[in-house]
Amino acid sequence: MIVADKKPIEEIIEEVTGKERILILGCNECVTVCEAGGKKEVGILASALRMYFLNQGREVRIDEKTLERQCDHEYLDEIRDIVDDYDAIVSIACGVGVQFTAEQYHATPVYPGVNTCFMGVTERRGLWTERCQGCGQCLLARTGGICPVSRCAKRILNGPCGGSTKGKCEINPELDCAWQLIIDRLKAVGRFDDYEQLLPIKDWSTDRAGGPRKVVREDVQE
Amino acid sequence: MRLQYPSSVKIVRVPCTGKVDIQHLLRAFEKGADGAYVLGCMEGDCHFNSGNFRARKRVEQAQRILETIGVGGERVQMYNLSSSEAPLFVKIANEMHDRILALGPNPLKQKKREMALSNNQEMGVAAACGSGVS
Repeated sequence: MIVADKKPIEEIIEEVTGKERILILGCNECVTVCEAGGKKEVGILASALRMYFLNQGREVRIDEKTLERQCDHEYLDEIRDIVDDYDAIVSIACGVGVQFTAEQYHATPVYPGVNTCFMGVTERRGLWTERCQGCGQCLLARTGGICPVSRCAKRILNGPCGGSTKGKCEINPELDCAWQLIIDRLKAVGRFDDYEQLLPIKDWSTDRAGGPRKVVREDVQE
Repeated sequence: MRLQYPSSVKIVRVPCTGKVDIQHLLRAFEKGADGAYVLGCMEGDCHFNSGNFRARKRVEQAQRILETIGVGGERVQMYNLSSSEAPLFVKIANEMHDRILALGPNPLKQKKREMALSNNQEMGVAAACGSGVS
C-alpha cells in the first residue's frame, strides 16, 4: 500500500486560512490502513479546523466526506454535485488522490493534508516500512523475494557494499543490510548458488530516470 | 461511602477506556465542554491488556491538537485508578474541577455567543432598515 503520514495541523491551517467553505476529503484505501487519511482522520481534522476557526472568531463551514478511492474517476464523481459548494478541498489521500482530485475539479483548489511517503507494509500498528520503489523491472525472483532497490540504501544489485557490518547498514545501525537479508534468505531456501549469478546492468529507464511513467494495457482497454 | 463530587462532572460510561477515541474528546470540546478527563484502570490491570495505554496515547494526541488550535491542551487529562478507590475518584474529580475553574470556560463557547450576537445585530439592523423603507 501507499504509506502516508499526517501533516501538522498548523501547516494545513496556513494553507486554508481565508477560505470559507472547506471540504475535508478522505480516502478509504491505503491511507485508511496507515491511519493518516481515512474517515476517522477526516473527522479529527475537520473537528480541529472547526474549533480553530471558531476560536479565531471566523465562520468557516467545514464538511467531511470520505470516498472509496480518490484515484478512480467513478469514485471522484461522487462529489461532482457538491464540489461547487466549496472554495477549497483538503484531500487527505495520498499524493495520487490529491492530484487526481485537482485534475477532475479545475475550479476548486485542492490542498494536501498528508505527506505521502512510500509503498510499504504495516510491520506492526504504528510502524510502516518501505518495500517497493516501483522501478518497473522486478528483480525479486532473483533475490529471494527481498528487494535490493528499495531496501538497500545504495540500491546496489550484486552483493553488499563495504558498509555492511554485522548484518546492519552503515547509514543506520538499526537498518538491516538488504544484501545480508537476501543472502540469509537464499541460504534458507537452498538457493545460495543463485547468489553467484550476476544480475545484469539494470535498465533504469523504467524507474524515475525515464521521466513520468505509464502502463498501457490494450487488452483491458475499452 | 456517599462521597460527594462536583456536580459539574458528567459521566460518560464506556466498556473500556480503549473505546475512547480522539474524535470523542474533540467533539466534546466542539460542543462546548470546558474540560474532559478519562478515568482508566490502573496500568497493567486492563482487562483487555492495553485499553488504558491506548486511551492515554489518544488523550495525549487530543492535548496536542487542542493546544495547537488554541483551546488548551490542559483541558483534557487521563487518570488511572482502580474501581474500589472512591476517595481517589472524588479527589480526581475535585482536581479536574479546580483545574477547569482556573482555566476558565471553553473559549469556543464565548466565541459562539459573540458570533451569534453579531449575527443577530446584523439581522436586527437589516430588519430595522426594512421596516424604515416600508
